[in-house]
Amino acid sequence: MLHQLSWKVGGQQGEGIESTGEIFSTAMNRLGYHLYGYRHFSSRIKGGHTNNKINVRTSVVHTIPDDLDILVAFDQETIDVNYKELTSGGVILADAKFNPEKPEDCPATLYVVPFTEVAAELGTTLMKNMVAIGATAALLNLEDEVFQSVVDEIFGRKGETVVQKNMTAIAQGHVLMNDMLGDRVGAFELEQADGKHRMFMIGNEAIALGALAAGSRIMSAYPITPASEIMEYLIKKLPKFGGTVIQTEDEIAAATMAIGANYGGVRAFTASAGPGLSLMMEAIGLSGMTEQPLVIVDTQRGGPSTGLPTKQEQSDLMAMLYGTHGEIPKVVIAPSTGEEAFYDTIQAFNIAEELQLPVILLSDLQLSLGKQTVEPFDYSKIEIRRGKLELGELPEAEDKAYFKRFEVTEDGVSTRVVPGQKHGIHHVTGVEHDETGKPSEAAGNRKAQMDKRFRKLDHVNFNVPVFKNTPHEEADVLLVGFNSTKGVLEEIQPMLNEEGVKTNHAHIRLIHPFPTEEMKELIGHAKKVIVVENNATGQLANVIKMNISAHEKIISLVKYDGTPFLPKELLGRVKELLTDGNI
Amino acid sequence: MVTFKDFRNNVKPNWCPGCGDFSVQAAIQRAAANLEIVPHELAVISGIGCSGRISGYINSYGLHGIHGRALPIAQGLKMANRNLKVIASGGDGDGFAIGMGHTIHSIRRNVDITYIVMDNQIYGLTKGQTSPRSAAGFITKSTPGGAIEPSLKPLEVAISAGATFVAQSFSTDLKELTAIIEAGMNHKGFSFINVFSPCVTYNKVNTYDWFKENITKLSSLEGYDSSNRAQAMATVMEHDGLVTGIIYQDKEAQSYQDLVKGYHEEPLNQQDMMIEENDLQELMKEFM
Repeated sequence: MLHQLSWKVGGQQGEGIESTGEIFSTAMNRLGYHLYGYRHFSSRIKGGHTNNKINVRTSVVHTIPDDLDILVAFDQETIDVNYKELTSGGVILADAKFNPEKPEDCPATLYVVPFTEVAAELGTTLMKNMVAIGATAALLNLEDEVFQSVVDEIFGRKGETVVQKNMTAIAQGHVLMNDMLGDRVGAFELEQADGKHRMFMIGNEAIALGALAAGSRIMSAYPITPASEIMEYLIKKLPKFGGTVIQTEDEIAAATMAIGANYGGVRAFTASAGPGLSLMMEAIGLSGMTEQPLVIVDTQRGGPSTGLPTKQEQSDLMAMLYGTHGEIPKVVIAPSTGEEAFYDTIQAFNIAEELQLPVILLSDLQLSLGKQTVEPFDYSKIEIRRGKLELGELPEAEDKAYFKRFEVTEDGVSTRVVPGQKHGIHHVTGVEHDETGKPSEAAGNRKAQMDKRFRKLDHVNFNVPVFKNTPHEEADVLLVGFNSTKGVLEEIQPMLNEEGVKTNHAHIRLIHPFPTEEMKELIGHAKKVIVVENNATGQLANVIKMNISAHEKIISLVKYDGTPFLPKELLGRVKELLTDGNI
Repeated sequence: MVTFKDFRNNVKPNWCPGCGDFSVQAAIQRAAANLEIVPHELAVISGIGCSGRISGYINSYGLHGIHGRALPIAQGLKMANRNLKVIASGGDGDGFAIGMGHTIHSIRRNVDITYIVMDNQIYGLTKGQTSPRSAAGFITKSTPGGAIEPSLKPLEVAISAGATFVAQSFSTDLKELTAIIEAGMNHKGFSFINVFSPCVTYNKVNTYDWFKENITKLSSLEGYDSSNRAQAMATVMEHDGLVTGIIYQDKEAQSYQDLVKGYHEEPLNQQDMMIEENDLQELMKEFM
């Protein structure tokens, strides 16, 4: 029996490929398996090859595998594009409808199954997906019943007959496949899972839930790949909590509207991707200059310009750290898993209010859209901290004396009041201003206000700035990354250790202000530091170099072809670097 | 008893003597006082340019943001606190050039705020370049041979974009301007008010005298019905936009806030932010 299985379904976009993956993975999730799914899709509505690869395991998994055990193909292109991933013991389950052909150098076994024909006999070819699920069940030796609850949920509202027909399609696919497989029935049977209830969600859903739990009640946003799921989720859920999503005319309105709502005392945020973030830069500067809290989610995708809108990349980092004219204090947070995405979103809102500044929650396409098993969130860990927000009664001021909203304080944070409060009147402006918000260009005031704003960065209260898995006191190599590459680094760390390379792993969760002391310590105890990232110029490696003087140790390992790192591929590249005389 | 003096602060405007913006400032102060709004329940959100400074010259909450973005900031603020009176304000460059997208969509969205444009047909703070409101042939530093593009028609644009309140006034007519701002602030939904506010330094064509000669007051037109959208559009076109008064108002329209499903009836900024444990459990179950 196996402890891991890799399954992929592919076909033309808009043909129900998504739902096939969805039904299979939801059922496996309910059995207690750990899953990690990644979609290949194109920037078009219908047509174009799409596939959904799902890694199923009895233990935690946060990565896409290199190999493939089972490929379910609804067209020849699916076979042609994906067969190279198949292992020699692997199988292709292909719809007889397109007369599938196996490429000569494909080591896997091809089974031609009449998915469409069986479905048509049952009344509609739409059910070809269910027949394929049944065929999969035969390979995994799963009872058809494991799909019952999923089928109920999807088709329940269409009536009992539809549910029954779909279950019949699964059953027929199963029987048919059993006959074809002969003694290979159950060849991919998995060890039993622990049966625990876990969530199966994309990173964007974890972020959206995090925002809801953080008390955010207004989201202003403009649709963009791969961020839209955040607004789509909250459009459904926020009304129940008295809030709303406002779809704005552009990203500039999205960011400035969120600033306006935060100015009014409501936690508001926006989410976008590179092109939207570029448009928001001036607003981010306004938030920094006027000390209005603002949370912005950047789900990185392939850039520049329109770039690779549906592909993985981590190339916005420098723009997020330094992009806005002038100098403002800013916090940049980069979660790597569904769990971190949820808790870090809450942290982002807390820091934005505590320090009254913009916080960028960095994600990437693989985290935002990759569907993964997520442990249920711990309610007791949800904490709302609003810092020096004073919503109570304020002391009476002298006639028309403005409230010192920008008072110079030791920690740089001033008492914050919101419009509507008696005795709290003050002015807010993106022009340099004095303690009451009135414009002032005086040199002394300028310096005092700049220093005050930047002092806030000494008080970032962030839980676990660096994820560490450091079994070695003195390591041969320290692997470093941010966002979704955590999974693949976790995957190769034990492999390297097994081969005798003492490997530590650090994943940076708080990128700005940079956790210099912590990283210095880790780098100090490693012979080499390999910084793994999905961009062309080694942005994280450069950020580390800007903060820590260890240039001779730091090796940049990049990938920028739009596809995520795969474990064996990365392992090979790391080993290559190490044998190049680097250690 | 609130008076307009309560809305004065001790900041001396940096506008040129004779600038039309002084009257707009005074009219806002008077309108707010007449409506018995107390200063801390008013917020003025402004853009960038000479006129954008207005939020700093009124004793109320105020935010002077970025060029062209007063409207989204003002809408965000209103959504956060629906009890607050919110005025967005800026110049014709702010609202009709860089911020035109927001102007159109704010009109469509119909959030319950008042937008006052100080329209002087020129870029003043940058020392005299053409504006979308400059007439064709208008000579400026950026159009030495005369502007080629036709002047934007804000009233026609507003009416066709579905505005529920469109008005125009002239800054010397403090009485009419104050009354219009009051009506706009009382309107349920987005009120759009364009104000001819002459630039005495850079616009030597559209002067106080020029406006006095060319403006027609709607109150002087017999039988003018501001609830008639077609008549409003026709009248505006007939007079090449040089009319003052309430041009169009739909008193029945519901504001954005009234239409948003689930939006809290009490100010959102006063609500408990913590999610209930049960609610979180229910939300999580959907992913299991």
